[in-house]
Amino acid sequence: MNELTRKSYELRKDILEMMWLSKAGHIGGDLSVIDILNVLYNAEMNVTPENFKDDNRDRFLLSKGHCADALYAVLGMKGFFDRREAIETFSQYQSAFIGHPNTDINGVEINSGSLGHGLSIAVGMAIAAKRDRKDFRTYVVLGDGELAEGSNWEAFMAASQYKLDNLCATLDLNGLQISGTTDEVMSTASVHDKAVAFGWNVIEVQDGNDCGQLVSAYQKARTVKGKPTLVIAHTVKGKGVSFMENQVKWHHGVMSEEEYKQAMSEIEEVLA
Amino acid sequence: MSTQSNRQVICDVLIEEAQNNANLFVACSDSRGSASLTPFANAYPNQFVEVGIAEQNLVGIAAGLASCHKQVFAASPASFLTTRSYEQCKVDVAYSQTNVKLIGISGGVSYGALGMTHHSCQDYAAMGALTGMRVYSPSDAQLTRCLVQELLKDDQPAYIRVSRSASPDVYEGNLDFVLNKANVLCSGSKVLIVANGEMVFYAKEAAARLNKDGISTGVIDMYCLKPFDEATLLEQAKDVDLVVSVEEHSQYGGLGSRVAQTLCHHLPKKLIEIYLPDEHLISGTNKEVFQYYGLDADGIEKAVRNAL
Repeated sequence: MNELTRKSYELRKDILEMMWLSKAGHIGGDLSVIDILNVLYNAEMNVTPENFKDDNRDRFLLSKGHCADALYAVLGMKGFFDRREAIETFSQYQSAFIGHPNTDINGVEINSGSLGHGLSIAVGMAIAAKRDRKDFRTYVVLGDGELAEGSNWEAFMAASQYKLDNLCATLDLNGLQISGTTDEVMSTASVHDKAVAFGWNVIEVQDGNDCGQLVSAYQKARTVKGKPTLVIAHTVKGKGVSFMENQVKWHHGVMSEEEYKQAMSEIEEVLA
Repeated sequence: MSTQSNRQVICDVLIEEAQNNANLFVACSDSRGSASLTPFANAYPNQFVEVGIAEQNLVGIAAGLASCHKQVFAASPASFLTTRSYEQCKVDVAYSQTNVKLIGISGGVSYGALGMTHHSCQDYAAMGALTGMRVYSPSDAQLTRCLVQELLKDDQPAYIRVSRSASPDVYEGNLDFVLNKANVLCSGSKVLIVANGEMVFYAKEAAARLNKDGISTGVIDMYCLKPFDEATLLEQAKDVDLVVSVEEHSQYGGLGSRVAQTLCHHLPKKLIEIYLPDEHLISGTNKEVFQYYGLDADGIEKAVRNAL
């Protein structure tokens, strides 16, 4: 196992502990998106606690803000704040680590939580970079259920109108949302064709939980000029914990002690 | 009568500012013409962003620009800006405290015969209810100029509602402007009229008639709805028998509500609220609509005389 993949599983342990202590959070989506966040923060973007005030840092926006837990895990491991504090206080009384990302937390770029906002804000950031002739890139992660929000499609149009090749969106396509499969609720089956029709470059990542495949996709995205890129990451909701994988009920399920122990031991096994 | 509408004044001020401020940005949703911002777009194309007819995207993009140190003025019809993109205003601007000034053009019943879809009789209430949002409704060209010049100095969100047509001048000579301090046009011992936006001119006219008739009447231009200048209201209302509020807005959550709340808490007084009724409004020019519902000098004068 390489170092990057190992990090993904270390992060899964932090997420599980956070979920266990808080009895809150969106564990299924956290486990599907964590490899994307890990790759972006540890192999792709130039964002660190040291350069976070630098105007030319890359920008990261978690549009699917309910997976704040996963973002806190990554930022904690990067040293943006006390990692243990995040794990031990998440969603608890008077904690700074509330259930959706907020900019009071060091390292968080935008307040999110209401779906369908991130891509528009990312377009604004990418336009600002172009106008200022700065070379930072803007990364935004969208959920697949979130695509039903119409505001996303306003932003899809604008990103291509302004030829934002400095903008890279990742779709965490795990196929499930709170009420069932996205196919049942509001299908995203043709999202690839839709994005192309909207003027975007599209890169498919067959295994969106494979760090190596994600690294290659982001490298490829950098080389595309004149249009924004959508990375469609085919992920597994609940990835890494056998009884959570592809189960709707683990969108925001709460683990029993026995489930927590089993989940942790499965992750430990991978790490061993 | 000013030859310039308040929206044209805003464009002038922004063009002046842009000469020395490369971070000043204007964003429009196919609304540059109706916002009178075409001269800005032509003069500073690199500081202008067109998003098409997409108000949610307008506000989201404005917030994104602002988070990269841009000072953004996002202009769109008040009706759409404050309801279609309400959540972006709440989350991406107010909650996030991004440096976005939301310009609601053609506010109230400016669009006249275009009807209820285009009226914004709820924008004071909607924007005022957002934590972290300031709300302004300037009366004439000079006040609009002072207000925008002052808002350019800070980096906090604000909503500014302006009407479509040129407003008659309210202020003669140089206005002594202090942000968030209501302007006392005249003091009276019997009646106090509190108005904002285009209603200030009519309030002033009504007061002149009443004063001429021996009914001592004062007028406050409460252009600052939030933060609301309670102190000036209470000071001017202290000795009068009657307070009247006049607004181009519904009864709910606008000027009258704030006046009533303030008086009820601190200085119980007889109060008449003049506002647009909670019903489908008649068709007509904005002036005809004002007249029909008593939102003009005649209406205000009549309401005062009836109450006394």
